[in-house]
Amino acid sequence: MNNSSLLHFVTTLGPELFQLFFITTLFLVSVLRKRQDKTCWIAAFSVIGVAIAALGLGNEGMFFAQAYQVDGLSQFFKLAIAIGFCITVLNGKNLPGVASAKRTDYYLMLAFSTWGLMLLSSAVELMTMFVSLEISSYSLYSIISVRKGSQPAAEAAIKYIMFGAAATAISLFGLSYILACANTSYLNELTGKITLDCPIAMIGITMFMISFFYKLALFPFHFWCPDVYTGSSNETAAFVATVPKLGAVVALIRISHMVIPGMAMTDVLAILAALSMTYGNLAALAQKDVKRILGYSSVAHAGYILIGIVAGTQQGLAAAAFYGLAYVFMNLTCFWVIARISPAGDNVTLDDLSGMHAYAPAYALALAVGAFALVGIPPTMGFTGKLFLFTSLWGHGYDWLVIIGAVNTAFSIFYYLNLVRYAYTRDTESPRTIDASIASRSMALVLAGIVLALGCIPAGVYQAALAATQGIWKI
Amino acid sequence: MTLTSLIVFPLMVSFILVFLRNERIIRFVTLGAGFIEMGLAVPLSLFDIHAPGFQFVEHYAWVPQWGLSYYLGIDGISLLMILLTILLLPLCVLCSWKYIGKRIKEFHICLLLMISVCIGVFAALDMVLFYVFWEAMLVPMYLIIAVWGGPRRKYASIKFIIYTLAASTLLLVAIIAFYFQTGTFSIPEIMASKFSFRFQFWAFLALALAFAVKVPMFPFHTWLPAAHVEAPTAGSVLLASVLLKMGAYGFLRFCLPMTPDASVYFAPMMIAISIASIIYGGLVALGQKDMKKLIAYSSVAHMGFVTLGIFVFTARGIEGAVFQMLNHGVTTGALFMLVGAIYERTHSREITDNMGLAKFIPAYIGFFGLFSMSSLGFPGTNSFVGEALVLIGAFQNNVIIGALAIPGAMLAAAYMLRLLQKLAWGEPSKGKGLPDLNLREWAYILPLALLVFYLGLAPTLTRLTIDGSIPKTLSGVERVLADKNPDLVAHMSVITSTPCQGVQE
Repeated sequence: MNNSSLLHFVTTLGPELFQLFFITTLFLVSVLRKRQDKTCWIAAFSVIGVAIAALGLGNEGMFFAQAYQVDGLSQFFKLAIAIGFCITVLNGKNLPGVASAKRTDYYLMLAFSTWGLMLLSSAVELMTMFVSLEISSYSLYSIISVRKGSQPAAEAAIKYIMFGAAATAISLFGLSYILACANTSYLNELTGKITLDCPIAMIGITMFMISFFYKLALFPFHFWCPDVYTGSSNETAAFVATVPKLGAVVALIRISHMVIPGMAMTDVLAILAALSMTYGNLAALAQKDVKRILGYSSVAHAGYILIGIVAGTQQGLAAAAFYGLAYVFMNLTCFWVIARISPAGDNVTLDDLSGMHAYAPAYALALAVGAFALVGIPPTMGFTGKLFLFTSLWGHGYDWLVIIGAVNTAFSIFYYLNLVRYAYTRDTESPRTIDASIASRSMALVLAGIVLALGCIPAGVYQAALAATQGIWKI
Repeated sequence: MTLTSLIVFPLMVSFILVFLRNERIIRFVTLGAGFIEMGLAVPLSLFDIHAPGFQFVEHYAWVPQWGLSYYLGIDGISLLMILLTILLLPLCVLCSWKYIGKRIKEFHICLLLMISVCIGVFAALDMVLFYVFWEAMLVPMYLIIAVWGGPRRKYASIKFIIYTLAASTLLLVAIIAFYFQTGTFSIPEIMASKFSFRFQFWAFLALALAFAVKVPMFPFHTWLPAAHVEAPTAGSVLLASVLLKMGAYGFLRFCLPMTPDASVYFAPMMIAISIASIIYGGLVALGQKDMKKLIAYSSVAHMGFVTLGIFVFTARGIEGAVFQMLNHGVTTGALFMLVGAIYERTHSREITDNMGLAKFIPAYIGFFGLFSMSSLGFPGTNSFVGEALVLIGAFQNNVIIGALAIPGAMLAAAYMLRLLQKLAWGEPSKGKGLPDLNLREWAYILPLALLVFYLGLAPTLTRLTIDGSIPKTLSGVERVLADKNPDLVAHMSVITSTPCQGVQE
């Protein structure tokens, strides 16, 4: 490798390489240092990561035997993943649920998982996709159980790993079908080969997608979701709920692009989307634990994101990408508030939100913005995202899915409204002890501001998403 | 930029309020903002009442990828609604001066947000922009009911938001469907487009559901009494004066021009439920013990007149409907304020607790009498003009429809006079020692009282303002009626000019 190609390699793969460097540093610190409670530098590192990922926008290149493609889509998602990771790290600055000796390891795992997702967003070969997904999953399996003396956390981790293993197995099985039928695992070579003439490959690709559905917590692969959210610590849940979904979305965008539109598989996706949103919203109605509510809400949102994939057009995929980003911001806003009002790291129930308007107005406002965004009330990112999704699907033969999606908003309003209602209309005698530092409060408002601002002025980000999906059209 | 400034200014003031601490200052700042908002509305006096198109148009790209634009503009109908909304801001601040005793900052922020998005609804000429304002309005209104409401505020506020949100979900789908048909979200362009009957059929149903719940029309009205009774005075006023108008405005702006065939097709049904609303609302109002509930049900009846006027498809009918929208805003808003005023004194809204007040607080009863008269459509007051126009329109369309609506007007007299009689001359319950209207209360009631007389005695200017906008609202429907599409005519039992029907078949 001569000098110029090395430079090209380093600059093009900047975000991943930086993340790898980050992981190595974390590893060394974890091994060498005795005191591990100083974590400021980790936050600083993650902010640098965001900057590098932002610089990486627009890079292009093919690496590792054409299995790894750096294009608009991958860079868009790498930036989104880096932002999500950065906010999670900032969110976890205290990590009340994690023993101080384990903190660096915790971040190490988190960074590892993020790295896997970054790889996933560039993978254009089924094996590479699979391996990247596993890199990101394995580290999650371990950090879910990291919660001081908590049995539910262990249960959640086991549930997550069991479901993960099953989904992975099915995926691999599907992969074998694809290989047998199409004799290749490169996405660009597969394009056009997976048709109804070759039903085995069709079945194979559907099965392969299951491990991504599992990541996305799509019905009926969602059973882990509420338990993992409630079992794991608030900070872990914030990560599990958001960033891995981005990885799943980008992989689904890439896979679906090569088989859709007009395939029998689209029907399966559409039905799963409808079931997922309806089930998620109905199940959430009865919940009292805030994280559980968000867990079922993520099942519902998986269905919404799938709308864009079902549409399969460039606009649809861009809408899915936009909604994925919106989802990350909305959820992180809610989780940020949850982690802040629960400095001891225990789970938050609806009753615990009472009186927030009085003792934590900034958090109450951020929670309200997050909740109304998740419902899809304008002018928030949740609304614009849904608008793009619905508009992209209309007229493609799945109008019924749009109608179900729209009607689902009405189902979901009640439980999201509960978050706002408890925070704003109830009063409490005994305010909770909360993390009321100026930095935390302003961060909550900044997140809420992002959700509102990108709801009011979505054109730029949506254009970026469009440009990103344009890349895969050229293959 | 006039319209944008009207929308943005209250938003900006609400941001400023966040940093204020003194409650008195907050009230005064909001009140001042109300007057400045009126000042900002002065350029609207340049409105040309004879021009048929939209005026004060502002058009900027918003999301060019989807053809969304920030597109504002008003015609006569929206002008009147916007003026009404602006007028209400200072009045609402004044009538909440005592009534709202807790979380004053948040209340005024909600109030300003409400005014801002309500103006947005009436000014939006892009369907998605309209929907954005339409839905955004739910949040502050929900909070106003849920935080500052009465004892059953939890029930009322949730019912309000679920009802209205559920109904408007399909509105979004309809908007998307319109976009798919025309490739634009711009309301004037869609108004100029033609759609197949099959498309119009479903689009009309989706639109009409959203609007009918908001109006509210008879079977969808149940959220209204709950919300009105529990909301604080300013909340009730905003609900009655602005929110309900949005539904009727939606019918005028969307259903009639965009789906004329379907409007004609569904007109008998819409007329039937309008009349049902009038009579049902009147009958239920007759039996109420709670003053606020009584006025809430009278709203159902009054809004029935509005939708009746819209769906008789005559210029007089629509003119009357818009006039009635304005009247209802003025009169019912004032009645809610008066109920709020007496509640501040006696802490009860039951009629039996507030009887025989004429001797003790004559000015209050004087105003109450005036607005009661206005509410029942007494000649010389504003509602008389509106109701008369609607009835003329109804009789022009079909004698039977007109005849069916008349008992509604009589019922209005019955329930309002019963209320007034008990309130003024009933056996005194605890009237003694109540203070009469103070300066603040005079300040918010008097403008509305003047409006009652102005609209009642000199309605010409207002009528002209409306008239300019009627052709573009009604032309689609009139074309359909003139074409006598046989499929449609077969279903149109309401059109009186039936002789041609037989000939064609």
